[in-house]
Amino acid sequence: MINIRDKGAEVWDTWNRPKRVAFVLISIFVAGLLPFAANWGPTSFLNTPITSFQNVLVYPVGMFILMALGLNIVVGKSGLLDLGYVAFFAIGAYSQAILSTKFGMNTWEVLPIGIAIAMFSGVLLGLPALRLRGDYLAIITLGFGEIVRIIALNSKETGGPNGVAGIPNPPAVFGFKFDLMHPEHYFWLVLGMILLVVWMIRRFTVRRPGRAWEAIRQDEDVAALMGVNTLVYKLWSFVIGAAVGGAAGVLYASKVMVISPDMFKFDVSVLILACVVFGGIGNIWGVILGAGILAYLPDRIRFISDARQLIFGLVLIIMMNMRPDGLLPRKKREKISEKSSK
Amino acid sequence: MNFSVVTSQFWALCLQGVALGLIYSLISLGYTMVYGVLRLINFANSEVFMVGTFSILFIQVSILRHPLNVEPIHGIQLIGALLLSLVGAMLVCALLAILVELVAYRRLRAHGTNRLASLISAIGTSIFLSESFRIFTHSRPQTSPRLLEKWTFGEIAGANFRIDTVMAIVASIAIFFALDQFVNRSRLGAAIRAVSMSEENSRLMGINLNRVVTLTFAIGGLTTGAAAFFYTTIYENTQFNVGFNLGIAAFTAAVLGGIGNLRGAFYGGLALGLLEQFASAILGSQWKAVTVFLVLVLVLLIKPSGIFGEAVQQTRT
Repeated sequence: MINIRDKGAEVWDTWNRPKRVAFVLISIFVAGLLPFAANWGPTSFLNTPITSFQNVLVYPVGMFILMALGLNIVVGKSGLLDLGYVAFFAIGAYSQAILSTKFGMNTWEVLPIGIAIAMFSGVLLGLPALRLRGDYLAIITLGFGEIVRIIALNSKETGGPNGVAGIPNPPAVFGFKFDLMHPEHYFWLVLGMILLVVWMIRRFTVRRPGRAWEAIRQDEDVAALMGVNTLVYKLWSFVIGAAVGGAAGVLYASKVMVISPDMFKFDVSVLILACVVFGGIGNIWGVILGAGILAYLPDRIRFISDARQLIFGLVLIIMMNMRPDGLLPRKKREKISEKSSK
Repeated sequence: MNFSVVTSQFWALCLQGVALGLIYSLISLGYTMVYGVLRLINFANSEVFMVGTFSILFIQVSILRHPLNVEPIHGIQLIGALLLSLVGAMLVCALLAILVELVAYRRLRAHGTNRLASLISAIGTSIFLSESFRIFTHSRPQTSPRLLEKWTFGEIAGANFRIDTVMAIVASIAIFFALDQFVNRSRLGAAIRAVSMSEENSRLMGINLNRVVTLTFAIGGLTTGAAAFFYTTIYENTQFNVGFNLGIAAFTAAVLGGIGNLRGAFYGGLALGLLEQFASAILGSQWKAVTVFLVLVLVLLIKPSGIFGEAVQQTRT
């Protein structure tokens, strides 16, 4: 199979700095224009039949890209299988719901608090769970996801099965209003956060934490022997992943205004993981592409409404059989060393 | 909190816990057998169970032509009908498990690619299966006919020895015994054990790897089918998403006992069944899952490879 990612990297390497900056700026500009794609002739095929395209772009597409990027730090970079990522999303969403309806805080004030709570719960879960390996970690995280949902379902503060209603939208910033009439503003906000996360991951990857994660993913024992404090770095990747999930949750709650426990089921964790693996585990661009496609597809094919999940399942099977490393696999160099380490 | 329940219904809770636990154990074999050989989570096993419960419905309603509100039948007719449903469900599940392996795992295994890719293709298979049954049944729960009259052998210390519970317990123990003998005594069992120790070496010793993998999926399917039969006779209904909760419980049981370990699955299932019964009696059924997971975390922290797991601390990642 052709590795588009490597081809892309080759072209990128031949460019000089102005060329690269121009490319990045143009790409961001084009991405920023996406909300208008549905109304423009040549790209109108993108339009979604039932939910408006601009709303689909925010949730699920934008949110899923954000969460997939967060999960990619955990699963893709340091190789920890997390099956309960939705828990952090739920924690962020419930922080926003409770703090805004009961304490009257606005979204921008809640955002750092929500992220902090998500990070703290990441530490709480990570400290015991990260001592375990592989599939044991997977089942513990899965359990954590369910526990968060069950607590939300059964306690009074979270409104039980009805959830929390009447969550306020974020207040306007620089004249950009965030309400039902302006979904494109939400999209730009999410896009900004995605760019921030991408930038953060890229910085991490080339520095000490990135190298430590890489070492842990390839062989944890060797990494420990080489002096990497594996528990600390695993915890870091877990907590950073949790922070991204929490941020997505805060934004989500203030966008949809009503949340309930059944929005945070195990399926969401599975779907986010599917986004990561489908796109190309460990590779940011692959993850963005995979999450974009998997989040967008069910809404695009709504006309076959009843069978869309069925087709979604089929797509997963066929794609994994055809491209097991995802749409845009990670760098070849990393893959070879991964194989020889076995 | 309601501790008085524990003293007043102790034996009744135990009996129900054992019956439920053995059903978990049978399903968890579908995870543990595959994990032992391939080191992969057989994610689609929960849907194999779901299809098993529907196959029993199909056999009893469409093939044996028992309408839903039928009078319970007796004698040779009853035994025949029950045996046919049991064997039918086991065969359907075994065939489906083999099919799942062919579709979701075989090609990916041949490539020798990452484990997550096969996890996702198994998740895809399981979404496909549960969705097709959801569409087929219009998301409605289905009741199964009551062929077996639920008479009791008698009551001992508050525990009601009902025929279906007793049947499930006795038959599950028999199945476990047979399987244990098969894996530890027979030639094919030796092949399974060899592959679970080292794939490379067993291939060098002339073991047909694909055949062994198919066999383990088939065995997991057989026991999952049996579990589906006992589940339907006791609870008498099923739904397209019945596999999800039971699947997670069974997987937890497998991990609790030490995944990849046959006897571990047995005791893990028992422990989980008892734990669930007591937790829901004391704390209320909504906190059942939370208790189970907390206990699981504690067990894994003290003994990271499960109660009966191998001494080796690390599983292959």
